[in-house]
Amino acid sequence: MFPNAFDYAAPTSLEEAVDLLGRYGDEAKLMAGGQSLLPMMKLRLAAPAWLVDINRVPELAGRTETDDALFLGALTRHAAIEWDRDLDADYPLLGETAALIADPLVRNRGTVAGSLAHADPAADWAACLLALGASVTARGPRGNRLITVEDLLVDALTTTLAPDEIITGVTVPRPTGRVAAKSLKLERKVGDFAIVGVSLQVEVGIDGDVTRVGIGLAAVGSTALRAREAETVLLGRRLGRETIREAAALAASAADPVSDRRGSAAYKRDIVRVFVERGLTAVQARLAEGQALGA
Amino acid sequence: MALEITEAHPLGKAIKRKEDARFVRGQGRYLDDIKLPDMLYLALVRSPYAHARITHIDTSRAQALPGVHLVLTGEDLAKMNLAWMPTLAGDQQMVLATGKVLFQYQEVAAVVADSRALAEDGAQLVDVAYEPLPAVVDPFWALSPEAPVLREDREEASNRIFHWEVGDSRGTDRALADASTVVTERIRMPRVHPAPLEPCGCIADYNAARGHLTWYVTSQAPHAHRTVLAMVAGLPEHKIHVISPDIGGGFGNKVPVFPGYVAAIVASISLHRPVKWIEARTENLTSTNFARDYHMEVALGADRDGRVTALRVSTVADHGAFDAAADPTKFPAGLFSIVTGSYDFPVAYAAVDGVYTNKAPGGVAYRCSFRVTEASFLIERAMNTLALRLNMDPAELRQRNFIPPERFPYQSPLGWTYDSGDYAATLQKALDIVDYPALRREQAERRARGELMGIGLSTFTEIVGAGPSSTFDILGIKMFDSCEIRVHPTGKVIARLGTRHQGQGHETTFAQVIAEELGLTADDVLIEEGDTDTAPYGLGTYASRSTPLAGGAAALAARRVRDKAKKIAAHLLEVDDAEVEWDGQHFVAMGAPDRSVPMAAVALAAYTNLPHGMEPGLEATYYYDPPNLTFPNGAYVAVVDIDKGTGAVTVRRFVAVDDCGTVINPMVVDGQIHGGLTEGFAIAFMQEIPFDEDGNCLAPNFMDYLVPTAVETPHWETGRTVTPSPHHPIGAKGVGESPNVGSPAAFANAVIDALSPLGVTNIDIPLFPWKVWEVLRQHGVAE
Amino acid sequence: MRIRVTVNGRPRSADVEPRTLLAYLLRDEFNLTGTHVGCDTTSCGACTVLWDGVPVKSCTVLAGQVDGAAVTTVEGLEHDGQLHPLQQGFWDHHGLQCGFCTPGMLMTTHAVLQRRPHPTEAEIRHAISGNLCRCTGYQNIVTAVQQAAARLSARDTVQEVKV
Ligand SMILES: Cc1cc2nc3c(=O)[nH]c(=O)nc-3n(C[C@H](O)[C@H](O)[C@H](O)COP(=O)(O)OP(=O)(O)OC[C@H]3O[C@@H](n4cnc5c(N)ncnc54)[C@H](O)[C@@H]3O)c2cc1C
Ligand code: FES
Ligand code: FES
Repeated sequence: MFPNAFDYAAPTSLEEAVDLLGRYGDEAKLMAGGQSLLPMMKLRLAAPAWLVDINRVPELAGRTETDDALFLGALTRHAAIEWDRDLDADYPLLGETAALIADPLVRNRGTVAGSLAHADPAADWAACLLALGASVTARGPRGNRLITVEDLLVDALTTTLAPDEIITGVTVPRPTGRVAAKSLKLERKVGDFAIVGVSLQVEVGIDGDVTRVGIGLAAVGSTALRAREAETVLLGRRLGRETIREAAALAASAADPVSDRRGSAAYKRDIVRVFVERGLTAVQARLAEGQALGA
Repeated sequence: MALEITEAHPLGKAIKRKEDARFVRGQGRYLDDIKLPDMLYLALVRSPYAHARITHIDTSRAQALPGVHLVLTGEDLAKMNLAWMPTLAGDQQMVLATGKVLFQYQEVAAVVADSRALAEDGAQLVDVAYEPLPAVVDPFWALSPEAPVLREDREEASNRIFHWEVGDSRGTDRALADASTVVTERIRMPRVHPAPLEPCGCIADYNAARGHLTWYVTSQAPHAHRTVLAMVAGLPEHKIHVISPDIGGGFGNKVPVFPGYVAAIVASISLHRPVKWIEARTENLTSTNFARDYHMEVALGADRDGRVTALRVSTVADHGAFDAAADPTKFPAGLFSIVTGSYDFPVAYAAVDGVYTNKAPGGVAYRCSFRVTEASFLIERAMNTLALRLNMDPAELRQRNFIPPERFPYQSPLGWTYDSGDYAATLQKALDIVDYPALRREQAERRARGELMGIGLSTFTEIVGAGPSSTFDILGIKMFDSCEIRVHPTGKVIARLGTRHQGQGHETTFAQVIAEELGLTADDVLIEEGDTDTAPYGLGTYASRSTPLAGGAAALAARRVRDKAKKIAAHLLEVDDAEVEWDGQHFVAMGAPDRSVPMAAVALAAYTNLPHGMEPGLEATYYYDPPNLTFPNGAYVAVVDIDKGTGAVTVRRFVAVDDCGTVINPMVVDGQIHGGLTEGFAIAFMQEIPFDEDGNCLAPNFMDYLVPTAVETPHWETGRTVTPSPHHPIGAKGVGESPNVGSPAAFANAVIDALSPLGVTNIDIPLFPWKVWEVLRQHGVAE
Repeated sequence: MRIRVTVNGRPRSADVEPRTLLAYLLRDEFNLTGTHVGCDTTSCGACTVLWDGVPVKSCTVLAGQVDGAAVTTVEGLEHDGQLHPLQQGFWDHHGLQCGFCTPGMLMTTHAVLQRRPHPTEAEIRHAISGNLCRCTGYQNIVTAVQQAAARLSARDTVQEVKV
């Protein structure tokens, strides 16, 4: 299966890339890792007349850290995060999630920003970055704008990005307290999209009370979802059997799955409950371990 | 680590595969690697509907596209009388649709262009107008009188393709009525696909001046394909040269002839240029031959001691739109009558109804000898249900019902004569390896803690190696196989066979067989297959028939060579023929062990120093028609744990003890078993090609038709018992398919075993996590 | 469009349509047919090659993307008539049957050993989870990779001693 014919441009600056998108409008499609776009083009489900390959744009590569955030350039590959142990201390959920996406070869090409822009409701990054309260920076002809991941995702395969806007990177806020995270994914086999995915991260203060928490859900809605009520119920409390159960049940009711070949809606909703429970329990154990080590 | 190919006495040794020298270098020559000068590419236009009338086809836009050379439709083919082609099962199949389409993705038109991408561009420009018709998806509904009759080309106004039955129906009913226990179960083996990693394809290269067609094709049966082609296309058979190059896996997928093949040949004949057609994976999964799709109903009767008294099976077989199964002519349901398995049942009866539906055609023997997997799955699952009902350990139930070793050759109630086996010993060996009593103890402890652990058994018997030719033919061609051996003056050998390997290692294993017979090393013997101009006629490689048939032919051809060699040796040793002995490597003068000649010296003499009046040369051909089939068997044990939160099943251990008779190369045998078990694992847990109510295929590519990765695939433990086949020249039975035949039931039985305290006796495969979870939830034991 | 790329250490160039996929650049333009194509959904990994040392599915990379880069295919593994220890390992331990997945497996595991010289069974199994094999059941592939790892580290030790 071969894509329809197209013209190819590989701009070497962000300016140029934005220009090209502006010039060709709906005719153009931007390509990052190509791991979602090219498969669709090969099946002829997408047929852009122009392909704008942003892989040679230096401004989109690399990552930077400041005191209060991590900025991942749009071309940050899944694998770059998977193999970067330096991120584990402050951003443990990133590495956890990266290792569960697709397969190692796809991870070598696919990008974090591409995954967000593609907005597959079963994608793993969206759930993770929702949980982390991350935002994206989008660059268009009218300059930059900051969009929270929550605001970015509108519906399956639909975002609030304009066709001539490019995500230049993703900003992940730095945790302030002690932090632990867990990503769980149920799949029919490795490399499959999630039946259900749960990404969660918990920060605790010195007293052990939860100060910040994010719970993101994949494949149980038309976009990735954030289990707000479950988060709220944990805030200011200690993780314990009961609090965890309460949160798990609330997360399950936040899920809005559909029945399909991966399982019934009831099944998927219950997996959310089970995974949130397991995830929080693991996080609790990790925090306790960290406490013991620190003491 | 494997031994070198220069080992003496190679039979039975784990020597390295000769073919790997090219494969590890990326120098295999698979179909798509072949490029001919001026070659064009063909792409197919396929139906989006499962059932629809074609009201109009407009090819003008495609024809106008620069780079497009030809657009073919069914109407064009009809003018050449080629709109339909025969299937190997004796049905007929549309090449390119005329009138109406009968399954989604059916071939409707073909576009030939300068490149593959252009051919696809052209295919997109063929405008086809359809008038959708209601699709018949459910095979039971297909049999009801209200269902629309799908096949307008047939005389019978019915969707029933055949009704086939075997055994004693009345006797079985009587025995069931008398039985103290009767269990019944509906067992489904879903539609799956062999999905070898290399898809199917061909290059047709017609030379008008010579009136000659060279046809490169991914074929497991090149000679049979040549004959079919001669019959379909009306080309003289000696002017068709079929070349089956390296094949990237077959598993039954590459036995039939596909519409794309015929379209490429017609295009090449029309354009006088080579035309290549390679299917994409989606085309492979949606149109070129599924397997299984059996809906089975079983009743098993037993007495108080757990001895089975009768077996009754009725089956609805969904063949899709055309019966394109590759079964031997007299066996529309293949060898399904092996359904009594490893057991000595006094009476049995089986019936199969073949049905047309609006689905892709087929019914190929996916890594099994014609419906043997379905049969084996059924009986091994049913025995499990019976054990549960009798509250008897499934191992014990099996031991009580096995055919005892002294009963071989055993006459089965459904008509087969089993060659050999020691089923009790094979099972015992498997139980010893896993330490069955310890597992049962562990299970009891875990159950007490509320954990779900299961142990599943499968003790299957296969039937492979079709011939004998008195019973088996395909489209009238008898199912024998062949080997031709030529020994060159320096003692090096070329041997050609009528089979075609697809990864089984024939270039090594057949070399081992011949080398053993001739006192040479495998390195001395070059094996060639897949070229109809050079190889002797044979029926090909599928149904585990290569070792039983071509392996037999190889040994017997080599013995013919040795017979002549012995006469030459007598001449060299200056003794009488009768005074020469063969010691495995030399001809020795009887009573004078210091006087001997090796095979190489005899080979030279065959061209330089012959006894007076003897015909020069040293070669032989053997067409082997076996006296019977062979019956490989095995005992498999699966151990699983179930996650109560998700329903996900983990296979903790899997022990496979196989008995394939004489082992030619234990490394290759283990490799075949690993591969087959992995396919069985996939079938049990993740593979299925389902359809929605409109007949849309729901698993058209590898995103939804799941192939297990190295992560899910269990670590396999293998063991062996050896009961040689008494009638095979070297005692071998064939092994390539046993693990795929035997393992699905072991996996399913293990999951059911884990859930049996809940009263569960069956869950349809594939055992997706959600299915297991639904059961857990119904019984209130989900986490 | 014109593509210049170093393939297995040799500079090559070709004129191709922008829609040409890397797999077909290698197979059709450079006659390197060891890189296979087994699917149309980026699922199977039979097409795996190294792009600047990183294993990727070449059916899901455009030829234009590797302009100026270095690509290594299975044909580039053998050196001075010596099989790479991975090739030898696959051969010695029956890590292949039909051979269709083998080139992709070799390229992926080549990269694995760069990152992890002594991978465990579980690490190998995860590392090759983007490469499907329909024949072997993976077990002998795992053994083959472990043997290659042992050989490579023995070779490195010898080299260190020499230095
Ligand atoms: C076999 C397979 C399995 C997979 N399994 C999973 C899985 O389990 N979980 C999962 O999450 N994903 C999975 N994926 C998807 C994979 O993670 C993709 O890499 C990812 O979704 C898209 O990233 P990309 O960089 O490849 O984007 P591309 O394919 O290049 O682009 C995707 C879309 O995003 C747009 N886009 C890309 N970058 C930007 C940008 N910077 N600004 C604006 N728009 C942009 C493109 O225009 C396009 O519409 C799988 C993919 C494959 C092939
Ligand atoms: S060909 Fe299957 S992943 Fe590239
Ligand atoms: S060896 Fe055949 S697919 Fe791996």
